[in-house]
Amino acid sequence: MRERGVQEQGEPTWPAARSRRRSGRHDWRAQADWHAQADWHEHADWPARVRRLRDRGDGGPLRRDPDDRLGGGVAAGIGARAGFRPNTVRIAWVVATLFTSGSAVPFYFVGWLLIPARGEETSIGSRARHDSRGIALAIALASLLGVFLALSGALNDGSIAVYGWPQVISVFCLTLICRNAGETEQAVIRRLVQPLESLWSSGDGRSRRGTQLRFIGSGALLIAGLSTLLSLRVKIALLAPLAGFVLLAAGLVLLFGPWWLRIVRDLMLERQARARAEERADMAAQVHDSVLQTLALIQRRADDPAAVVQLARAQERELRSWLFEGRAPGETDVTSLAEGVRRIQQDVEARHGVPVEVVTVGDCPLDEHVSALLAAAGEATVNAAKWSGASVISLFAEVEPDKVAVAVRDRGKGFDPEAVPADRKGVAESIRGRMTRHGGEATVQSAPGEGTKVTLTLPRTVKPGGPVPPMSGQRR
Amino acid sequence: MSADAAAPPRVVLVDDHGLFRSGVRAELGRQVEVVGEAEDVAPAIELIGRVVPDVVLVDVHLPGGGGQAVIAAVVRDHPEVRFLALSASDAPEDVIAVIRAGARGYVTKTISTAELADAIRRVADGDAVFSHRLAGFVLDAFAAAPAAPDVRPSFDPELDQLTNREREVLRLIAQGYTYREIGKELFISAKTVESHVSSVLRKLQLSSRHQLTRWAAERRLA
Repeated sequence: MRERGVQEQGEPTWPAARSRRRSGRHDWRAQADWHAQADWHEHADWPARVRRLRDRGDGGPLRRDPDDRLGGGVAAGIGARAGFRPNTVRIAWVVATLFTSGSAVPFYFVGWLLIPARGEETSIGSRARHDSRGIALAIALASLLGVFLALSGALNDGSIAVYGWPQVISVFCLTLICRNAGETEQAVIRRLVQPLESLWSSGDGRSRRGTQLRFIGSGALLIAGLSTLLSLRVKIALLAPLAGFVLLAAGLVLLFGPWWLRIVRDLMLERQARARAEERADMAAQVHDSVLQTLALIQRRADDPAAVVQLARAQERELRSWLFEGRAPGETDVTSLAEGVRRIQQDVEARHGVPVEVVTVGDCPLDEHVSALLAAAGEATVNAAKWSGASVISLFAEVEPDKVAVAVRDRGKGFDPEAVPADRKGVAESIRGRMTRHGGEATVQSAPGEGTKVTLTLPRTVKPGGPVPPMSGQRR
Repeated sequence: MSADAAAPPRVVLVDDHGLFRSGVRAELGRQVEVVGEAEDVAPAIELIGRVVPDVVLVDVHLPGGGGQAVIAAVVRDHPEVRFLALSASDAPEDVIAVIRAGARGYVTKTISTAELADAIRRVADGDAVFSHRLAGFVLDAFAAAPAAPDVRPSFDPELDQLTNREREVLRLIAQGYTYREIGKELFISAKTVESHVSSVLRKLQLSSRHQLTRWAAERRLA
């Protein structure tokens, strides 16, 4: 209970937890925005969405997400903005590419170029405006591709050109991105072009020869495939273009396969590292919410030894149950008598500040009768804490084969059972009444100045399987 | 009890926490004479053999074997040295093991100074000192689980069972009663209570009782 209170006092000061929560809220708000514009769903044109998102320019700006990216983080950014998972956006993009003969691809690069990365003010595009050499190079490369496409268009029926022309824009954008992206993005692009680099870089002899062989093989396959495609005419049988595509695909796989595998592996490692970091963060949050808060409280109340002892005791118990019994702080499941007794101890110590010494002998699972016994014991313990003025209360529970007994004892003021005030009499009756209703009995021994002892006994209904053996002994 | 008027008992502290040792030393002050401290098993054995104190306050958990190892090594050569085990919070089977090794009592570190001094004096006099916690452990260990027929009982079957009276005494100790209060409650003298407790200690140490072993094994599994 106390721990809950502490948690509610305010946001935890632990930064990662806070930022995570905030980003969670952000996503949720973004999603609500998205649903407000539900008509977007009707136009399945992704690039148009990108443009409209750019033009909106109001709260929650569209940002590329460099933490969750395959390429430029465009899909992740749009996903976060619109409340989709990045992979959904990616798949939609690929499908769009297939249906629009590749026209969707350049929009990705346009997005990369024009949408600023998260945490950055300007987009790559705005920086590229001042890079006149870059623009010249981009135009040169794009027009080179254009010339190639024009040539191949003249050679066959132009099906290559249909796929190729949009990529002129892609090449243009990619060149500008390469030259003007920030440090981290440069690294990503370098990873993208790594397989080409590895041809010239000096690895150890064997792997370089392997790469060269692979390159030659894939080159042969690509040339064969391309020439099949280039030389074909529409009227020719279906088999020839198919063979061409198969050859092309084989060439591409041979060329880029190992590198794709490496990228997938890198991504997996990255994800694992992130999962580990989150686990550690949860642990830190747990420790912060319990132990560190308690330590802070102890420092604040250093002048009150009783309070410090009580805080330390409560924290020790909680930490033990978390570390050794896997029970989260604040978890409330009570399944056995011993746990119930311990819960009484915790509650009374937390609420009334009186230490409770607990000894339990044996244990048994809870049924309605034992629960009633626990409730009565709780009542008696609270009474002792409230009225007796004793500095410590003893709570003893023993499970025997034929009965369960609980004794609550204090060395406090005590009272004359014959002349009890009305309010206490009522409570005593409620304890006694509860016990008799469940076939047990309660006795109250007390005398002024000698403390009070409440003894509760409950006969056990022995189950067909014989007496339940004592599960465990004393716990704290 | 006879030593009450005599010189304060000579005490050795064996605990791996220096802070705790100095705390106990400061608190016990004039009530006992602390003649040495050790923080590990081997130095403790050497020290106790040299100074031969009346009482050794030994932590249940020590690096290098635990309080058990110290007791087992010393008892052979110096049966007159008495041990009082204490610890913050330990598994019952470890506490029972220390008692079975020869400690004459077990108290928790949360014990008040006056009570600790009293406990040391009683142990020095040859009495047993059961804290409420130890009483709970012992009741648990001797719990009336029926003996399995295939296991041979102790040489003296008396050792395998607590009498009803002993059980009652232990229950009251577990509830924090003093010996005097127990005597009043059960209409017996404090001295008789003391003898019941000593008898329980004897049973605990001498019983080759299978149930104790089985109980410890079950607790370890749990």
